[in-house]
Amino acid sequence: MSLLETVHLKKYFGDTHAVDDVNLTIEEGEFISLVGPNGAGKTSFCNVVSAYYSADSGKIIFQGEDVSNASVTQRVKAGIARSFQLVNLFDDLTAFDNVALAIFSREGKTRNIAALARRDSEVTREADAVLNQFGLAGKRNELARGLAQGERKLLDVALAYALRPKLVFLDEPTSGVSTRDKGQIMDTIASVVRGEGITAVVVEHDMDVVFKYSDRIVVMHQGAILAQGTPAEIRKNEQVAMILIGSSGPDAFSRKD
Amino acid sequence: MSLAVAKKGAITSIGPSAWRPAVVAIAILLVLAALPSLVDPYQTVLLTYGLIMAIAALGFNLLLGYTGLLSFGHSAYFGAGAYTVAFIVRDLGAQSMELCIVGGLLGALLISALFGFVCVRHTRIFFGILTLALSQVLWSLAFKFFWVTGGTDGIRVASAKLTLLGGFVNFAGPGSFQRFVFAYYYYVLGLFALATVIMWVIVHSPFGKALQAIRDNETRASFVGISVRRYRWIAFVISGAFTGLAGVLWVPLNGLTTPDILYWPFSGEIVFMTVLGGFRTFTGPIVGAVMFNYLKTYAVASTEYWQLLLGVVLVVLVLALPSGIVGTAARLAARFTRGTS
Amino acid sequence: MTIFIIQLLNSFFYAAVLFLIAAGLSLIYGVMRIVNLAHGSLYALGAYVSAWVVGGTVGHAASGTLGLAGLLLLLPVGAVAVAVVGAVIEPTLLRPLYRRPEEYHLLITFGLLMILEDAMKFLFGGTPLTAGSIMDHMGSIPIGRLLYPTYNLFVIAIGLIAALGLWWIIYRTKFGVILRATSQDRRMAAALGLNVSRVYVQAFAIGCFMAGLGGAVVVPAQAAVLGMGIEALILAFVVVVIGGLGSLEGALVGALIVGLVRTAGIQFFPEIELAVLYLIAMAVLLIRPTGLFGRA
Ligand SMILES: Nc1ncnc2c1ncn2[C@@H]1O[C@H](COP(=O)(O)OP(=O)(O)OP(=O)(O)O)[C@@H](O)[C@H]1O
Ligand SMILES: [Mg+2]
Repeated sequence: MSLLETVHLKKYFGDTHAVDDVNLTIEEGEFISLVGPNGAGKTSFCNVVSAYYSADSGKIIFQGEDVSNASVTQRVKAGIARSFQLVNLFDDLTAFDNVALAIFSREGKTRNIAALARRDSEVTREADAVLNQFGLAGKRNELARGLAQGERKLLDVALAYALRPKLVFLDEPTSGVSTRDKGQIMDTIASVVRGEGITAVVVEHDMDVVFKYSDRIVVMHQGAILAQGTPAEIRKNEQVAMILIGSSGPDAFSRKD
Repeated sequence: MSLAVAKKGAITSIGPSAWRPAVVAIAILLVLAALPSLVDPYQTVLLTYGLIMAIAALGFNLLLGYTGLLSFGHSAYFGAGAYTVAFIVRDLGAQSMELCIVGGLLGALLISALFGFVCVRHTRIFFGILTLALSQVLWSLAFKFFWVTGGTDGIRVASAKLTLLGGFVNFAGPGSFQRFVFAYYYYVLGLFALATVIMWVIVHSPFGKALQAIRDNETRASFVGISVRRYRWIAFVISGAFTGLAGVLWVPLNGLTTPDILYWPFSGEIVFMTVLGGFRTFTGPIVGAVMFNYLKTYAVASTEYWQLLLGVVLVVLVLALPSGIVGTAARLAARFTRGTS
Repeated sequence: MTIFIIQLLNSFFYAAVLFLIAAGLSLIYGVMRIVNLAHGSLYALGAYVSAWVVGGTVGHAASGTLGLAGLLLLLPVGAVAVAVVGAVIEPTLLRPLYRRPEEYHLLITFGLLMILEDAMKFLFGGTPLTAGSIMDHMGSIPIGRLLYPTYNLFVIAIGLIAALGLWWIIYRTKFGVILRATSQDRRMAAALGLNVSRVYVQAFAIGCFMAGLGGAVVVPAQAAVLGMGIEALILAFVVVVIGGLGSLEGALVGALIVGLVRTAGIQFFPEIELAVLYLIAMAVLLIRPTGLFGRA
C-alpha cells in the first residue's frame, strides 16, 4: 500500500489550471523533490493535499483511506504536515514555544487548561531536542519575529517536523536564503527527515540540491505532472530541461546561484 | 505587524519559574487586605468596584490579548450574570451569595456559549460587530420585557438580605450597610485573587499557548493540528464566565441592576479599561480596570460632561500610549535596566 | 388595504433613513476598512444641527421670506456640518492609525463617540429639538380614507435619489473609479499616483455627509434626542451585516429588510422586534458570512 495516492486531483482558479488531473503515488520513506517553473502548481498541489485548499475534484488517499473531505486538523492528526513557502510562524511566541506548541498539539495536550506549559518536562525536553536538531538551540528564547530569514525557514520546518508526521511537504525550505546557508539547511533537513524515516516532498528550485538529495523527482508544468523519475532519469530528460531552462535561464541544470 | 506597538513578548516573558511575581502579588494582596481599616468606607466601596471590573477585564482580555478577538459585546455576559442574580434573589428568594454565584455563572455560561458559537465563525471586525449586535438583543429584551426585568427601573437586590459563605456572614440588624461593605470587600478580594490565579494558569497552560498561537497565526495553528474555531469558542465561554462573575458580584454592591449594563457602551468601557492598562500584558487589564474606575468616578463627580473627558482620554491613549499603562511601564523599565546594566 | 399601504410607506420611510446611515458606514468601511463606531453619533449630530437651524431664528427668517422652500433649503445644513466635521476628523484622528491593527480603529471611534455624545449634550442641551415646522408646512395627502404626511414621501424620494446618486458616483464617474481602485488595493492606488490621502478624506466626508443627511431628513418627523445615535448605529450594523459590509446594494437591500421587519415588528411583535432583526442578521451570517452582497 502506498503512503499517499492522488487520483485525478484538480484545482482550477478560473482559467488557471493550478493542479490539473494529477495522479501521484508516494511510497513510504521516499524523499521526493517537486520541481517546475514558477506557477507550475507545486504550491497549489501541496495546498490541496494538506487541505489548505479544497480540491475541485479527484481523490486523496492517505494510508489507504480517503481523506479528500478531511479538514486541515484531521489531516494533520492523520500524519500529513507541511511547511510554507512564505514563512508562517507564531511571531509573538518564542522559538521554543513555537515548537513546544506543535508537540503539545500532537500529544493532545493543548486541551490541558489547568497545568503550566513549562512544567511539562517531557515536552520541554523534546522541544529542546528538536531545536537542537535544527541548530536553533541558541535562539530558544527569542521571538520568532526576531529571527533571521534562514532561522525562520528552519523553524518553519521544525514546526512541521515536531508533529512527527508520516508525510511532510516542505515548500521551498531554502527560498530567500543565501547559497551558503542553503546547503546547510538542506543538510539539516535531509538528515533529520531521513533519520526519522519520514516521507518528504520538497519543493525546490535549485537543481543541484534536487539532484543531490532526492530519491525521486517529480516535474510539474502547468498544473500537470510532466515527468517523474530518479535524478539520473530526469537529468537525461530533454523535455524537462527545456521547461526548466525556459523558466530559469540557459543553465538550469548547472545553476550555481 | 500585528500589534508590534505593544511590548513584544510581554505575555510570554512572565515565566512560571520566576517566583518574583508571586512575591509581588502576595505583597499587593496584603496591602489590599489592610486597606479597609486605613481608608474610609467610600474608598473601600470604590476599590471593590475596581476589583470587580478587574475580573471582567481579565476575562475580556483572554479574548483580546490572548486570542486576538476584540469583543464589543461583553456587556451581555456581565449583564447575564447580574440579571440572573437579580432573578434568583427576587423570584427564588435566595439569600446565599454562593448560590447567586453559581446561578449567575450558569447564566453567563449559557449566554456566552450561545453567542460565542455564532461569533467565533468570524474574526476581526465582523467578530466585533457581531458580538456588539448580539449583546444588544439582550439589551432590547431587558428593556422591552419590563414585567420580567423591571424595564429601565431594573431590579433591586438588597444587600442586607444576602448572606456570605453559606450563611456564615449575614447583615441583619443595625449598621447593615457598613458591615456589608466591609465584609463584601474581602469577599470580592478573595474571589478576585482566585480569578487572577485561575486566569494566570489558563494563559500559561498549553491551552493558553494554543490561544496565543491562534492569535498570532490562525492558519499555522490549524496546521499544527489545533481546531481553531473550537478553541476560540472555549476561550469565548471562559471569557464570558469571568465577565459574568464580575456582573454577579457587582449587583449586591450596586443594589440594583438596570439595562444600562447591557447597553453596548458599557462593553466599550470594558474595552477601554483593558486598553488603558495594556492588553498585551497579563496585569494590564487589572490595573486598567481599577484606574478606569477611579477615573470615571472622578470624571462623573467633577463634570456633567464626564463622557467627553473619558473620550478625550481614550483618544489620547490610542494615539500616544497604545500599549497602555502597564505595557508602557514595562517598556520603560526594560529600557532603564538595559541602560544601567 | 389602506393600512397595509401606509405600513409599507412607513417601512420605506424608515428604510430610507437607515439606508442613508448604513450607506455612509459601508462606504467608509469599503474604502478605508474602518468601522466607525461614531457613525451613529454623526447621524445624531446632523439631526441636531438641522433641527437647530430650521427651528431657530434662521429658520424663522427663511420660512418668513421663502416659506417651505426656505426651510427645505436649510435642512441639509446638518449634513454639510457633519461632512465638515468628518473632513477634520479623518486627517487628525484616523490617519495616524491606518498602520495599526483594527482594534485601534474601533477604539478611537469609540472615544470619538463619547466626545460627540457629550458635545451634543453641551451644545444643544437635554431637550429634544425638532424641525416639525417642515412637516406641518407639507401637510398630508389622502391615502384611501386616511391621511399620510407628505413629508414621509419626500424622505422616501430623498432615499431613492441618494441611492441613485451614490450609485452614479461610484460606478459612473472618474472619482468613483478612483474610489474603487483605492478600496481594492490602497498601495497599488498610491503606486499609480493617486492621492490616497485625499481620497480618504473625501470618502470619509461623503460617508459622514450621508449620516448627517440621514439625521437631517429624520428630524422634521422625529425629534433629535440624546442617545439617538447610539441606537441608530446598532440598526445600521444590522443593515450592513445583512447586506454585506462595504456594499452599496447591500445597504439598500438591508435597509429595506430592516425597515419592513421593524414596521411589522412594531405592529405584531413589539417586544422582540429588535431580537427578530438580530436573529435575521445572525441567520444571514451563518449562511452567507459576508452578507447578502458582501465580498470576502
Ligand atoms: N489563491 C489563488 N488564487 C488564484 N490563483 C492562484 C491561487 N494560488 C495559486 N494560483 C495560481 O495557480 C498557479 C499555480 O501557482 P502555484 O503557487 O501553485 O505555483 P508554484 O509552482 O508554487 O510557483 P512558485 O515556484 O512561484 O512558487 C499560478 O498561476 C498562480 O497564479
Ligand atoms: Mg510555490
